[in-house]
Amino acid sequence: MKILVCITHVPDTTTKISFTPDGKEFNAAGVTFIIGPYDDFALARAIELKEAQGGTVTALNVGLVETEPTLRKALAIGADDAIRINVNPTDAWQVAQEIAAVCKAEQYDLILMGRESIDHNGGQVHGMVGELLGIPSVAPVMRLDVVGGLATVSKEIEGGKEVIEVNLPLVAGCQEPIAEWKIPNMRGIMGARTKPLKVVEPNVTATSTTVQQFSLPPAKGACKMIAADNVAELVDLLRNEAKVL
Amino acid sequence: MNILVFLESDGSVKKSSLEALAYAHKTAQALGGGAITAVIAGPTTTDLGSLGGYGVQKVLHADDSAFVQVDIMTSAAVLKQAIAISNPDLVVLAKSSLVDAMAPRVAAATGAALATNVVDLPVLNNGVLSVKRSIYTGKAFSDVALNATLRILTVKKGAATGFEPNSASTTVELLPVSLSAADKALTSKGTEKATGEILLPEADLVVSGGRGLKGPENWGLITDLAKTLGAATACSKPVSDLDWRPHHEHVGQTGIKVSPSLYIAAGISGAIQHVAGISSSKCIVAINSDPEAPIFKVADYGIVGDVFKILPALNQALK
Ligand SMILES: Cc1cc2nc3c(=O)[nH]c(=O)nc-3n(C[C@H](O)[C@H](O)[C@H](O)COP(=O)(O)OP(=O)(O)OC[C@H]3O[C@@H](n4cnc5c(N)ncnc54)[C@H](O)[C@@H]3O)c2cc1C
Ligand SMILES: Nc1ncnc2c1ncn2[C@@H]1O[C@H](COP(=O)(O)O)[C@@H](O)[C@H]1O
Repeated sequence: MKILVCITHVPDTTTKISFTPDGKEFNAAGVTFIIGPYDDFALARAIELKEAQGGTVTALNVGLVETEPTLRKALAIGADDAIRINVNPTDAWQVAQEIAAVCKAEQYDLILMGRESIDHNGGQVHGMVGELLGIPSVAPVMRLDVVGGLATVSKEIEGGKEVIEVNLPLVAGCQEPIAEWKIPNMRGIMGARTKPLKVVEPNVTATSTTVQQFSLPPAKGACKMIAADNVAELVDLLRNEAKVL
Repeated sequence: MNILVFLESDGSVKKSSLEALAYAHKTAQALGGGAITAVIAGPTTTDLGSLGGYGVQKVLHADDSAFVQVDIMTSAAVLKQAIAISNPDLVVLAKSSLVDAMAPRVAAATGAALATNVVDLPVLNNGVLSVKRSIYTGKAFSDVALNATLRILTVKKGAATGFEPNSASTTVELLPVSLSAADKALTSKGTEKATGEILLPEADLVVSGGRGLKGPENWGLITDLAKTLGAATACSKPVSDLDWRPHHEHVGQTGIKVSPSLYIAAGISGAIQHVAGISSSKCIVAINSDPEAPIFKVADYGIVGDVFKILPALNQALK
């Protein structure tokens, strides 16, 4: 099975988010970047499928040279090779067109992504790539099994899950508990240095959205503390001050 | 600005879809009018004519015998065809697991500019429509310009508030849908769904428990309080990882993002990844035995104490 895993290069989940004073750009100073947590789940499942059934796993990122350590980490975790499409990703439409162009040439059986990136949280790229390739897309996928050319996926729905059967090729936007995150071991890290990482230049693709301004939510007021033996006061505050009951 | 609203039904038209209609109505008002069309796929018990109360001019109902299953692919096909018929400037959908997966397909097929997780009404400036979106998992916002003549928005709960429908009625037309083989690629093998419970993503009140509850055998403390309040139940990630509670109840960075009016966090430390899922709650109550727990930094009201004592007392006080 030929599997592609699309990974984002995003701020660690503990990052305190801030922007440049003019609100035009993310402030990356001192920020640690990681493989997007959902992409990490997708990668882990891709490697499990490869180990069980044979095939290859390619990790792909649309981004500039600074994302290469993140791609190397995917190689250390177990991807066979990596592709970096050399352009600054500014919106999902642009990223989806770039990924679709690679997919058209390479004909993957399975294209795994995260359910969403944790920076812009669009949740858009998987559906767009599916549409551009004329193949089905499913998200958020919590289980994925493949037998022959048939995939059985379990998709989260409000309050539960739905089991869906679909023929490959398929795009899946993944989330836990599809697989356990894999931590690279020493052998993986050493091996990753020599695995192929191909840089391809972008097609000339259009964006359809532009960020005009970033902002932070207003600072939260202090928490009002209530004595443990006075829950009646809490009920009163919820009813008459917060007016939420 | 002509607006098309995509509705979902879970028996009757979903509450979140009615909020999308309210959003469309307020948008049309703010931007100087325009026609509102609604489209819905599959059967529903709602009298669709009554949606006229939301200012809808016409409802397109895709519900002929050829239409067997509402899923990502068939809904995308329905919406594409409704767009072709009604030729809108703006399409509005309420965020849901179906909509999240299908809206990007429709955007890619139509060349529309798509904004997801929209939290406020759009603004029109020199012909450019822009919206405020929630990003960095609720930790920030971005104002995004939509550079296409067709724009698609998926809106979060609470993006338009304070709207009451009137008693007007509207016409309902059958939308004949032709589905290609590709549109029928997904075969549903059945759903597993909690029944009779209030669904977390739509809930207005949420009672949530963390590892401080010590074990699944103590969850009655959470469910009893939820029952008294008419609230949905939720949990932190370790709680679902340990299988104390089902995965679809876990809230946070990797789980459900909620925006209720009241979120009660009991025995939850308030890790940044948990807070990411609750930061758009109107009011947060924290109950934790540790006065230093980070949850108190984001809470509006806090009680330092033992959940095993506080939860039953709170339940009693509310009865
Ligand atoms: C990439 C990533 C993504 C993550 N995503 C999520 C996510 O989506 N959602 C999520 O929840 N977590 C997530 N986490 C995990 C998160 O970091 C925390 O580990 C988790 O939220 C802690 O859960 P908790 O508060 O239930 O448990 P703990 O941190 O163990 O806290 C238990 C709390 O209960 C209190 N307590 C104990 N006994 C009592 C008592 N008797 N009465 C009152 N209080 C008591 C303690 O003081 C403590 O504050 C993620 C982590 C990572 C790395
Ligand atoms: N710049 C990128 N490079 C590679 N994959 C990406 C990129 N952006 C998004 N993706 C993939 O698309 C998924 C959804 O992203 P988004 O639509 O941005 O929320 C992510 O989880 C990734 O798998």
